[in-house]
Amino acid sequence: MQSLFTLVFRRMRLPLVALVSVYAVSVVVMTLIPGLDDQGQPWKMSFFHAFYFVSFMGSTIGFGEIPYAFSDAQRLWTTVTIYSSVIAWLYAIGTMLSLVQSQLFRRALSEQRFQRKIKHLKDPFYIICGFGDTGQSLVKSLLHNAQRAVVIDNEAERIDMIDTQDWDYALPALIGNADDSNNLAKAGIHSGNCKGVIAMTQNDNTNLQIALSAKILEPNMKVICRAQTLDAQRNMESFGTDLVVNPYETFAEDFVLAMEKPSMYLLERWITAPADTPLIAPVFPPKGHWILCGFGRFGKAMYQRLLERGNPVTVVEAKPNWTHPPKNTIIGRGTEADTLKAAKLKHAVGIIAGTNHDVNNLSILLTAEQLNPKIFSILRQELAVNQHLSKAMNPGLLMDHTQIITSRILENLTTPLTGHFLRQARTNPEQWASILISRIIALLDDEVPTTWVLSVRKDKTPAVWDQLRNNQDVLLGDLMRSTTNHLVNLPCIPLLLQRRRKLHLLPDEGMPLKFGDRILFCGRDRARNRMNLICSTQQKLHFSQTGEVRSDGWLWNLMFNRKLEKTPSMLDRAHKYSIKNGVTKQKKKKKTD
Amino acid sequence: MNLEKVVFAFFILLALTLNFGFFLGDLTDPVQHSAYALFAALVVSLIASVLKIGHRTHVDAMLLATSLVADLQLVTAAIVWGVVVYGMGIDMNPHYMSIIVSLSGGALLANGISVIILIIETSTHRL
Repeated sequence: MQSLFTLVFRRMRLPLVALVSVYAVSVVVMTLIPGLDDQGQPWKMSFFHAFYFVSFMGSTIGFGEIPYAFSDAQRLWTTVTIYSSVIAWLYAIGTMLSLVQSQLFRRALSEQRFQRKIKHLKDPFYIICGFGDTGQSLVKSLLHNAQRAVVIDNEAERIDMIDTQDWDYALPALIGNADDSNNLAKAGIHSGNCKGVIAMTQNDNTNLQIALSAKILEPNMKVICRAQTLDAQRNMESFGTDLVVNPYETFAEDFVLAMEKPSMYLLERWITAPADTPLIAPVFPPKGHWILCGFGRFGKAMYQRLLERGNPVTVVEAKPNWTHPPKNTIIGRGTEADTLKAAKLKHAVGIIAGTNHDVNNLSILLTAEQLNPKIFSILRQELAVNQHLSKAMNPGLLMDHTQIITSRILENLTTPLTGHFLRQARTNPEQWASILISRIIALLDDEVPTTWVLSVRKDKTPAVWDQLRNNQDVLLGDLMRSTTNHLVNLPCIPLLLQRRRKLHLLPDEGMPLKFGDRILFCGRDRARNRMNLICSTQQKLHFSQTGEVRSDGWLWNLMFNRKLEKTPSMLDRAHKYSIKNGVTKQKKKKKTD
Repeated sequence: MNLEKVVFAFFILLALTLNFGFFLGDLTDPVQHSAYALFAALVVSLIASVLKIGHRTHVDAMLLATSLVADLQLVTAAIVWGVVVYGMGIDMNPHYMSIIVSLSGGALLANGISVIILIIETSTHRL
């Protein structure tokens, strides 16, 4: 506030002084010049009349010569006054206009607006530093998940772009260097509402500095970083950065998983894909001889993983002096048939187009597929603009760092239970995953499953809360019944139940719920809506437990209080579920047989 | 020497002296208090205010406040004069003159404080 005010008045000082002076001189001289009144007597204008006259004349309203017709001397002075006052006004207004249009003023104005927005932001929010492809994708997903965000980027163009797009919530943005801790403070890191700082710039050093400043300014702040190299990643982790996402290492890990446990990999893809994604088909990266084009950060991560698993790799690299590839590397870009032939493409099972140039990558795959149509391809996509090309290319696996970073961070922020589930799941054998996959696919249509978390809390699940408080048991299965037929299950599967520190993988339907339980479900969106209904209305919960429709009016309850006692005891219901589960277990056995 | 500082101090001092000139004389005697003197005091006081706006320090804020007080008092005095002579249509009499002059006396006090602050601020600078 202060700075804008100061700015305006510093610039406007001279014009205002000029205006006051011109008016003062005009008025004074006006009172000094003698005139004649209507009786022909000598008359002098008083200050009151002079000020009135100069005011309407200076603002070009012009009521005429009042109170009496002017003498020639007065008219002469009026002529001088007209020009001087108009010039003074033009000077003042012109200065004001040029001030309003100046870059400095706009910057100050937008910064002031930004700080007002931050001040009025009553919901918890995240500060996102860096608004490139990845930053934009992350912000979009965060807002879509009802989280609030504040953006800092040093490129005005990117910030201006915010106004041209549609966002789910207001998105305050600041133009400035995010590694300047003043800007973090302006973005509200000290306000109690800031939940975390996310460093998304393309520069490892900048990200490092953001993370460091955030941790120093607010030691308990959640800090998430993007890292491009292992070195930077380790550095960030060393001072307690809560999550470091290295897209190259992450993809390489996932690739190994897909190679060794395809069902587990598919399960992960399904669970972490954003809602409304068409159902993802399983992929089976083959083992054998691989060709790797581009030995950059991504290439190195893949090379190491492939070798560790005993797959021979031929590296194709255009600039060996920069990247230091292994000895028997073939020099070339990989976009020409000769280089690929030299790398024995005919005998290779897979090719990785992993340079940092999208067009070259596409060209490599096109050439490779002409020479060897059966080859398994992995495409690296650098820029989000090229996503349609990448999709049309239809590679076996797509390495899109934007998507990897976004989904990893989103999972950490909005559904940490998903991360717990995936870590627990990875400890199980491949067969466990394929059984779960077949159970999930039975529920689905043509889209990946939606995942959601249900918390047993007063504000989220009031009906369940009330029953538990009355010492009536609620079983996990009670929440999963259809709202029209209580013997039919909703299309969903409970994946994980968190009770205090303890995690129960694939919890049983007969498990009684407790206060504070958090349950991760996956299934169809419809099931999620129905489940919310059951959890928030006593009537629906009662129906799904017993199949009885209960009137729930206050008067009704008062008059027929006995009805409440009729709810079946927990033993009865547990018995019922044990029968049900027995049946499903038998079915499963048949399947596995 | 900084020309800006000279102009700044000039107007603040001038506001005080002009104000003093108007205030000088018998409290109730319209003959001893010129309308021109009041007008000059008012205009210079306004200019001084404009010059004071836009500085950042605490002292500057104090200066601005005294100036605004002086403006308020002088503008009120001018309005009283105008209302009495043209609004009520009576000749200036000792009763109203005393109101106008005491208002300008208040402004004089404010302008005096303004000058004192200016002197204090100047003396804290290394010469």
